Amino acid sequence: MLSLTRTSLAPSAPDPAMHLPDGFLSVPIAALMWAATIVAVGIAVRRSNKSLDERAVPLMGVLAAFIFAAQMFNFQVVGGTSGHLLGGVLAGVLLGPWAGTLVMTAVVAVQALLFQDGGLVVMGANIFNMGVVGTIGGYALYRALTVVLGGERRARLPAAAVAAWTSVVAGAGLTAIELGLSGTTPLAVALPAMLGVHALIGIGEALITTAALGFIAATRADLFDLRESVAGRARMSTSQG
Amino acid sequence: MTTAPSQPPSPTAEAPATGPGAANRRPSFQRRWWLLGLAVAAVIVVLAAAFASPDPDGLERVAAEHGFLGRAEAALFHLIPDYAMPGIGDPLLARVAAGTLGLLVVFAVVAGLGRLLRRRST
Repeated sequence: MLSLTRTSLAPSAPDPAMHLPDGFLSVPIAALMWAATIVAVGIAVRRSNKSLDERAVPLMGVLAAFIFAAQMFNFQVVGGTSGHLLGGVLAGVLLGPWAGTLVMTAVVAVQALLFQDGGLVVMGANIFNMGVVGTIGGYALYRALTVVLGGERRARLPAAAVAAWTSVVAGAGLTAIELGLSGTTPLAVALPAMLGVHALIGIGEALITTAALGFIAATRADLFDLRESVAGRARMSTSQG
Repeated sequence: MTTAPSQPPSPTAEAPATGPGAANRRPSFQRRWWLLGLAVAAVIVVLAAAFASPDPDGLERVAAEHGFLGRAEAALFHLIPDYAMPGIGDPLLARVAAGTLGLLVVFAVVAGLGRLLRRRST
């Protein structure tokens, strides 16, 4: 029955990785999410401008390439459903919230512009739901957890795992709210459905995020120091977590 | 994982081991580690092309089950739809080509943006 639904889909519909396509959100909600994304990216550019450590530039590029590639790798979750990495918490932990936001924005923008994965009208929503939620919200949660759990060196992987899972569930919940406010589907239906599926997908996010951080810890632990120099003059306060 | 707490801080030791100069003293293969990172991403693209689940993802599944998948509008233009490079008949190769191009474009965009924003001092 799924294949029946698929054939009725517009021929350009992205498959298998699917971000929000145009038509899923109403124009006012899409515009609202564009506004929120422009504010977040604007802050990210302003905080990064002239303060980005040049040693972090190759890491930003490689991380963007890794996240793009990993987002192509849909993994199986229960019941004929797949999921893929978002990568926002991974980017935030390695680069901080601002450079991390720039990385996620570039990935989602290239996916929409070059690969027609995700609509243009809803691109702001896709950047916010899959990027900003993880790089800013997920990162704040990560920092708060590392404080609670006794320091970043000790708590890096468990804190990142919890933040990664939470970022996926929060992004899915936000997407459901946007769908509900757009009148696409009732919130009472969309919210439990999106949260349920993404509670499972979030486990994959946590596993991939901790595996990537564990690999870096074992091979290039010095890369963890870059985040503090990325922000330079302006660091994100962690007390707001 | 060893934290080397042995040496007392010397008043003459000004440069920390992980300070700004540390990266420049590394052998070139370590300074060019980002090439290795790109290679890892390319390997992931190949693995994704070969083994990624073809099942609908979380959002697509919810949209299908709750009857709003048909609201998806066609894109205004098509460059490389569905992560398959046009003109390549073999679906596996088409996905590998599209994914490799994509990771290079993403790397170039982000590295270019990073160069624009980097600190100008030192």
